[in-house]
Amino acid sequence: MADISAASVPTPPPATRRGARAWAGQVALYGLFALAIGVFSRWPPYHHLAPDMALIKLSLVHAGKPVGDCRKQTPEELARLPPNMRAPTTCPRERSPVTVELDIDGASAARVVAPPSGLSHDGASALYQRLPVKAGERLIQVRLRDDTRSASPSYSAERRVTLAPAQVLVIDFDAEKGGITLQ
Amino acid sequence: MPSWNALDRVFDRAFGSTHNPLRQLGTLAFLAFWLLAISGIWLYVELDTSAGGAYESIAALSRATGSPGWLMRSLHRHAADAFVVFTGLHLLRELLLGRWRNFRRFSWLTGTALLPLMAVSAIGGFWLNWDRLGQFSAIATAEWLDALPLLAHPLARNFIGAAAVGDRLFSLFVFVHLGVPLLLVFGLWFHIQRITRAAVFPPRMLALGTLGTLLLLCIVAPVQGQGPADLARAPQVLSLDWLLLFLHPLMYATSAGFTWALTLGSFAALLSLPMWPLRAPAEPVAVVDPDNCNGCRRCFADCPYAAVTMVPHPNGRSGRQLAVVDADLCASCGICAGSCPSSTPFRSGDGLVTGIDMPQSPIGTLRRQLRDGLAASTAARPVVVFSCAQGADAARSAAPDTLVLPLICTGQLPPSFVEYALRDGAAGVVVASCRDGGCAFRLGARWTAERLAGQREPHLRADVAREQVLHVEADAGEDAVLCSQVEAMRERLKQIKAARAID
Repeated sequence: MADISAASVPTPPPATRRGARAWAGQVALYGLFALAIGVFSRWPPYHHLAPDMALIKLSLVHAGKPVGDCRKQTPEELARLPPNMRAPTTCPRERSPVTVELDIDGASAARVVAPPSGLSHDGASALYQRLPVKAGERLIQVRLRDDTRSASPSYSAERRVTLAPAQVLVIDFDAEKGGITLQ
Repeated sequence: MPSWNALDRVFDRAFGSTHNPLRQLGTLAFLAFWLLAISGIWLYVELDTSAGGAYESIAALSRATGSPGWLMRSLHRHAADAFVVFTGLHLLRELLLGRWRNFRRFSWLTGTALLPLMAVSAIGGFWLNWDRLGQFSAIATAEWLDALPLLAHPLARNFIGAAAVGDRLFSLFVFVHLGVPLLLVFGLWFHIQRITRAAVFPPRMLALGTLGTLLLLCIVAPVQGQGPADLARAPQVLSLDWLLLFLHPLMYATSAGFTWALTLGSFAALLSLPMWPLRAPAEPVAVVDPDNCNGCRRCFADCPYAAVTMVPHPNGRSGRQLAVVDADLCASCGICAGSCPSSTPFRSGDGLVTGIDMPQSPIGTLRRQLRDGLAASTAARPVVVFSCAQGADAARSAAPDTLVLPLICTGQLPPSFVEYALRDGAAGVVVASCRDGGCAFRLGARWTAERLAGQREPHLRADVAREQVLHVEADAGEDAVLCSQVEAMRERLKQIKAARAID
């Protein structure tokens, strides 16, 4: 009787039995995987800031002045109010937006208008802006206006600074320190 | 998708289909996640969770070359990279293979929802190290979030000076990097809820190979810190992990608004995919015939999508159960019909009604096609090919002596049909399924192989001449493989015939 073995091709044989080419293929593909992860987890280097650049961060939180003056209420207005709310004067709740202008070496570098926060626009204004600038000696001039009733700035600061490469200069506002701060 | 299938075959040649990483991307992502969990727990024990001490505690690990902590530090990063790579490829594969609608919608949506959790977990991990890369990532993330009008005060103000970063802020970092991965675990559990026998670990050899590769990478290219964070200085050049932090450079190269539009747009597009086209035709689902269902639970055990449940049989007999199909979960694969003992073609009667069947391709119709095809064949003893509609196209194997009977999935074939075909005049039977790991319905190829090998019920009877039966695994696009195997079967059958003639 002729020898006829059972016919079956259920699955490709495991790699261990498929010879050197399969092993080489596995090594190559595992290597490719490792290479992809090893390389792209660190390369190419990312140049976030050029070597001759510094960074100015213009960031402050400041509550603007009310948009209008307080005024005396008329007797009719007071009469319409509940007795416990009859204050003689009334003030507008909404605050002025805070406008900050930054000049570097006499040229305008930024002008930011930060609206008051809150649904009734009665909260503090906040702003944050990053400005990469050339390192070196710079004349920094900052003006802050927080009152729509006045055209002139409420606070201003001027300082000549020497910025090292990669240095971060933060322009902030601190009422206890007299207003605009550079640090 | 022909290009992906071609890539599958390249990997098949090296790994075999069972261990092909491209067919195991989901389980490999799970493996990476387990490695992240183990190495993460180790690092958390070592980490000084304060703004002042975090960097030094991790830097000490980096200096202790060869120590377990040194290895864990690199493994944690590279496992995170691998997690992102495997998940991205897993998503791409399912996308290219069109696996997002109908019964797969739940898995697609829950999988997509995991992407933002992954991103937050990955990016948040860099902050804990609090080196210059962590400083860059934390500030970039804050500036990105500040582009949304959500908060009254910019988050980035938390990083305008060293005094601003205190231990309380660091507690938030810890919360993000521990809390969000816990949500990820919960999300992963949801993601695999609607599939039975969900694999959360790859085959052992593949797991060992992947782990070995990652460990080797950790030894060859250990991860190093990039100097302690210094908020008075902006990082100039960074060794960036592009796989995990690519959003930051993208934002600085374009704008925060563009990056938000791109990420939210991509996320919305992925989420909306299952809704298109609006009128996608749904295949009829499996139907149970209570008179022919004996409650054996085989369909319940074999269904790859947990669409079958068992309830008390309405005939009221004590202990008797009835299969019930959840139409929302049913994949219309027919694997349940192949598992049903009532699907045997040896049952008497002209009409064959089984316990659970596919309306678009009933078992009774298959028996009639087999009978009619064998009767009409011009060959004295033709070859019968039961082929999978999702796999290789058997049309190329068609010949006057070959009867091709397509199935929704080879798992739809009751093994008794093989014996029935041989008894009814077929010289041999070829059962063509997809490759292991390549089944469009997950388990059809596996169940077919086990049923034909007698390892799973219903099984092919032991006294069926195995030399007349051939099980071929060939994916879509591997028509030539199937064709050559059918041709080989013809030659084998000629040898058998000749051998019997000699006897």
